Amino acid sequence: MPIEILMPALSPTMEEGNVSKWLKNEGDRIVAGDVIAEIETDKATMEVEAVDEGTLAKILVAAGTEGVKVNTPIAVLAVDGEDVDKAGEGIGEEPPAKPAAAPEAPKAEAEKPAAAPVAAAPKTEVAADPDIPAGTEMVSTTVREALRDAMAEEMRRDESVFVMGEEVAEYQGAYKITQGLLQEFGPRRVVDTPITEHGFAGVGVGAAMAGLKPIVEFMTFNFAMQAIDQIINSAAKTLYMSGGQMGAPIVFRGPNGAASRVAAQHSQDYAAWYSHIPGLKVVQPYTAADAKGLLKAAIRDPNPVIFLENEILYGHSFDVPKLDDFVLPIGKARIHKKGKDVTIVSWSIGMTYAVKAEAELAGMGIDAEIIDLRTIRPMDLDTIIASVKKTNRLVVVEEGFPQSSVGDFIANQVSQRAFDFLDAPVITIAGKDVPMPYAANLEKLALPNVAEVVAAVKAVTYR
Amino acid sequence: MATAAKKTSAKSKADAKGPGGPVAPKPADFTKEQELAAYRDMLLIRRFEEKAGQLYGMGFIGGFCHLYIGQEAVVTGMKMALIEGDQMITAYRDHGHMLAMEMSPRGVMAELTGRRGGYSKGKGGSMHMFSKEKNFYGGHGIVGAQVSLGTGLAFANRYRGNKNVSLTYFGDGAANQGQVYESFNMASLWKLPVIYIIENNRYAMGTSVTRSSAETDFSHRGASFKIPGIQVDGMDVRAVKSASDLATEWCRSGNGPIILEMQTYRYRGHSMSDPAKYRTKEEVQKMRSDHDPIEQVKARVLDKKWASEDDLKAIDKEVRDIVADSAEFAQTDPEPDVSELWTDIVL
Repeated sequence: MPIEILMPALSPTMEEGNVSKWLKNEGDRIVAGDVIAEIETDKATMEVEAVDEGTLAKILVAAGTEGVKVNTPIAVLAVDGEDVDKAGEGIGEEPPAKPAAAPEAPKAEAEKPAAAPVAAAPKTEVAADPDIPAGTEMVSTTVREALRDAMAEEMRRDESVFVMGEEVAEYQGAYKITQGLLQEFGPRRVVDTPITEHGFAGVGVGAAMAGLKPIVEFMTFNFAMQAIDQIINSAAKTLYMSGGQMGAPIVFRGPNGAASRVAAQHSQDYAAWYSHIPGLKVVQPYTAADAKGLLKAAIRDPNPVIFLENEILYGHSFDVPKLDDFVLPIGKARIHKKGKDVTIVSWSIGMTYAVKAEAELAGMGIDAEIIDLRTIRPMDLDTIIASVKKTNRLVVVEEGFPQSSVGDFIANQVSQRAFDFLDAPVITIAGKDVPMPYAANLEKLALPNVAEVVAAVKAVTYR
Repeated sequence: MATAAKKTSAKSKADAKGPGGPVAPKPADFTKEQELAAYRDMLLIRRFEEKAGQLYGMGFIGGFCHLYIGQEAVVTGMKMALIEGDQMITAYRDHGHMLAMEMSPRGVMAELTGRRGGYSKGKGGSMHMFSKEKNFYGGHGIVGAQVSLGTGLAFANRYRGNKNVSLTYFGDGAANQGQVYESFNMASLWKLPVIYIIENNRYAMGTSVTRSSAETDFSHRGASFKIPGIQVDGMDVRAVKSASDLATEWCRSGNGPIILEMQTYRYRGHSMSDPAKYRTKEEVQKMRSDHDPIEQVKARVLDKKWASEDDLKAIDKEVRDIVADSAEFAQTDPEPDVSELWTDIVL
């Protein structure tokens, strides 16, 4: 039997990749360990080694093909004695049989044909954004590309903007967010640092105090705990301590929160931590358009901005308006979907649960309003309160730990400012009060899920 | 304690401490003008700090207050080699640094008393003061944090391609902080124009260097990062000046960072609330009588007949008037308006 060589999963969050180059040709003899191809993942370009011996009978996916799902056959290996010419027959001529199962695919049960058809399509629907002029051409863009475009545009616009961090330059970014920046801007403005978060965060703040506009990338915000003294004591407080004379116009950005199976030390959501601090702004986008528009705003902002990204969202595609200079306001929530029965407030990856829950709830006749908070500090409480005054019910969804969470603060503010409008207690959904476990089943339990959101909405609507 | 006292009197060692590093220079020969300027500037710091100590005792200054008395030669000698645009940053024993950067004594003293005319409108206090105009970047209360920040100032100089140098001060205590070495590594790797000035006053709060540091020769602390270092008699303003000439030139020529270990001594406790029982009165007295930076200049000036006792008294009078004026201002200037509670948080 010929052996199918499948598209490998080469990172915890990889769902698809690009076949960038074949290093062996059809007919080549291959021994185990030979590098046969280069695959571009969501993070890096990886070499694929053969695990079996034989002859490369047929290449099924040509070099340069993008978006090849994990586990798709990409080549056929004829084992010794087989007819190389026939080995590839019948394989790969139909469309790839099964794309990798999307996690948390909404259950499209037959009994609910009326339910809004939220397909497992990678494209994510976003309600019209009042910040985007009507009629603007939209371009499907991943969050990853949007972030890079934002940095590149701001670096072109302002010579004092530079990016520094671990692997941002020659490696092209640990998560490829800075891909291509070194080539365009050179090593003076795209600076690889040693693995010294405390030190380079301080160097960044010092450079900002001297008037430059650094973008400091943390490989993940989990590592920024090493640097949190510089972020809080130096960056956030200097403007106040200097009586307004000097502050730190700096962006700290990087992936935050759980990715996939990276366990307790690499899976924490820091939204509540940073949102506690006067002097900081904290942004946590969900869509690619928000990622772009808000990162550009963050880079221009004269204050220190904590820009919390999400590794799982990096590969998600959204429509991004094609505008010369698309900058969104920090501190303004976006009504993602209008509704009248209940308000669901979320942000970042929490929105994926909210959006899927909303589709299920629609099938039950519950019309939910979804608010994408986008900025955690300063918080757009007015938009939340206005919505609660309309729906009289509130559910908050986040991935962080439950105690002293962002949702706790929202619930508190709503109870103080809109108590008489509430028809049910506010329910805050958060990650479980446990360090993130490694085992797949436990990790899933530790995170919020769509069913919890649906159940919470049913509870506050007494359904 | 006898050995410790002996160690402080160590003169600059004329040996290179880094690979290919510069050799410690001889103390500069000062002109009459330089001697008198150094005398006046050091005396201003001394009298200012004495007054701050008084105001603290009277309750006008609150919180923590760390006096610089005894260490005046360090900032005074260092600043003599600066050019326009050079930056300075230090920790919380910062009053002397600010006066050396020609910040107004009124503004500094009013900040100590928490008044609206203070450099930070009364919102920073003794440990947190800045002057963008005078290139003084603080005034930092977290031991060692200013080392990374000062390295960042040097990063900005290199980014802009100017000839400026960042003077980054820290103490023997901070020299054991991890981020100091993270910063050393980056500064050397990227050839940043930063002078790391380690003010070794021999006590990290109450812990002597021999009890806190495995390597007490702080000029060696950059060895793993190829940063040369020089030990300097930080009680002799001429030695500091020549070290400053050498170090600023070293940085401006693109050689990267350099370490100057200033062997100095603080006469007062760590802060106003420190009884300093970890050392003897005799040790302090010996430093004052044998190594006082101001008395050294005075003796030379009188010896060379560059000034008379009366001339020096006139300088003292001028300095006392400045300090009295700053103290008067700091006691009568109003507290910040209550609206200031909510300003300068974000722009």
